[in-house]
Amino acid sequence: MKVWGLHLAVLALLAVGAVILPDYHQGVVARAMVLAVFAMGYNIAFGYTGLLSLGHAMFFAAGMYGMGMAVQHGGASGALGLLAGLIAAAGLAAIVGALALRAAGVAFMIVTLMFAQAIHLSIFLFGDWTRSDEGFVLQGAARQPFGIDLTQAEPRYWAAFALFALVFLATLLLARSGFGRTLVAIRENEARAGMLGYDTFRLKWTALLISGVISGAAGACYGLFFGYVGAGFASVQYSILPLLWVLLGGAGTVIGPIIGTLFMTYLIDIASGITTAYMLIAGAALLLLALFAPQGLAGEIRRRFAGWLP
Amino acid sequence: MEFGPHLLLAIIEGSVGAAVLALTAVGLALVFGIMRVVNVAHGEFFMAGAVLAWVVATATPGPPWVGFVAALIIAPVAVGLLAVIADLTILKRLDYDPERTIVATIGLLYIIQQTALLTYGPDARPVEPPFNDRLALPWVEWVEGGLQLYWPWGLSVTTYKLFVIAAAAVVLLIVWGIMSKTRAGLIMRATQLDRDMATAFGIRVERVYAGVFGLGAGLAAMGAVLIVPIAQAHYLMGGDPLLLSFIVVIIGGLGSLGGTVAAALLIGLGDGIVSVFFSPTLAKILATLLVALVLVFRPQGLFGTHKR
Repeated sequence: MKVWGLHLAVLALLAVGAVILPDYHQGVVARAMVLAVFAMGYNIAFGYTGLLSLGHAMFFAAGMYGMGMAVQHGGASGALGLLAGLIAAAGLAAIVGALALRAAGVAFMIVTLMFAQAIHLSIFLFGDWTRSDEGFVLQGAARQPFGIDLTQAEPRYWAAFALFALVFLATLLLARSGFGRTLVAIRENEARAGMLGYDTFRLKWTALLISGVISGAAGACYGLFFGYVGAGFASVQYSILPLLWVLLGGAGTVIGPIIGTLFMTYLIDIASGITTAYMLIAGAALLLLALFAPQGLAGEIRRRFAGWLP
Repeated sequence: MEFGPHLLLAIIEGSVGAAVLALTAVGLALVFGIMRVVNVAHGEFFMAGAVLAWVVATATPGPPWVGFVAALIIAPVAVGLLAVIADLTILKRLDYDPERTIVATIGLLYIIQQTALLTYGPDARPVEPPFNDRLALPWVEWVEGGLQLYWPWGLSVTTYKLFVIAAAAVVLLIVWGIMSKTRAGLIMRATQLDRDMATAFGIRVERVYAGVFGLGAGLAAMGAVLIVPIAQAHYLMGGDPLLLSFIVVIIGGLGSLGGTVAAALLIGLGDGIVSVFFSPTLAKILATLLVALVLVFRPQGLFGTHKR
């Protein structure tokens, strides 16, 4: 009861934002909500299953380019493009999971980093199609899936909200399900989970697949909502950012990702108005989190006051 | 140019890259081998070395070689000290926990890189080489009556590039000598084999770690000082050395110095040759995929022998 009350209150707060926020902030929050979906996807792998990936940008990019290529070169509609993005991310996550999960610990981090690097470089290799760093802009006609005009600020906010709410509630259900608890068991002690009879490889693979598909959904929607597809979204920076958001908000909590993403988005938004070296903030935040608050904001709250927080 | 001279040129360019890469990668390999720390900020120590080299070289009066020699001494030491401080204030406090140190070194990466952007700025600037004479190289061709030497147009090497290769070899020999012949090297190897046992024998592991982290960063900075008269100092230049060093350390076998140097030659030369004849992007994609697959299927590395 307490749990559902809290999470529905978070959604209600964001829904109110559509009405009371001025235009500029509506745009920032809409962007943060889509990126929070990326963070929630990352959280399933890192927060719940304990898989520290340094390459999640590849799933975000797979979703974004799966959608973008289908729309730009395949002439697909926006809705069909979203489907193509999801399929691309799922396929990539299935393959990367099957390979990378054979390595553990530090080796897993580097394998994911290298796969993501190979995907990033491939976008440059096929620059004739992807237009590399410059990227391409999606035309207005493709950005009206299901009759929603995403070129307008208000429908875009609601679309971002709907996507966020869907993934938010799905994560909550997952975290409270038997499957979610098994993932936590693997994170805490994989050998013991294996000894209890769980097929830990298959469970980790499934978790990474779900994580990749959600990250891909975020990428596809980001491209469609904001009308731009570019190689920058496949760079290392976009593998580090979800790690930062999740660590800041609290790894392994349902509300952590949106807290971390909103906080960091505003911090970087303000900092980039002052200096070009705005990633300095991100670096300092990562360092301070590693030193003083490895549990993140929601994690600290859970540790001190509210043990029931999922 | 014909194929033969062209290939020779690619090999020379590749050797220069391989020499600098070997220095940088050995730094990373020492840190990983002895401390079990994956230092994501390693590329930024390289960049800091290059930027400091420019600062020192421009601030030093006199002919270019004075500034260069000053940079060659000051920049690696300064970067090494910076790394020692980072180890003592950050990594030690995290007790070298793998996940938290990776997060912390990512933070360090952005802090160093963005600080360079704030202070040094977004421009790329070269350091003047101390000497830079062009040496034409001969090539053989088959003429009637036998082989004949000739000097193809464009086939040449500068004395500075030869110096880079020689200097890197000397530094690597010194590192190897320290590791295998001196007491300091013995202590480092003991710490690598068994941290707890080393502590029991009275070795101050914390000091060893700080020293190794400084040495690793200093080697990266040394490589950067050597390359900066050929390439230019830029605040984003740390990305490629980091990626390539990772590739080299993993293919060479995590923690094995000889394997690291062998892999640096392989990757450096391969990168140089493939980049001349094919696309550099394709070369990097192949190398990254190779690394991922090596880690998945042969975690001890291509040249490594023992299992971790």
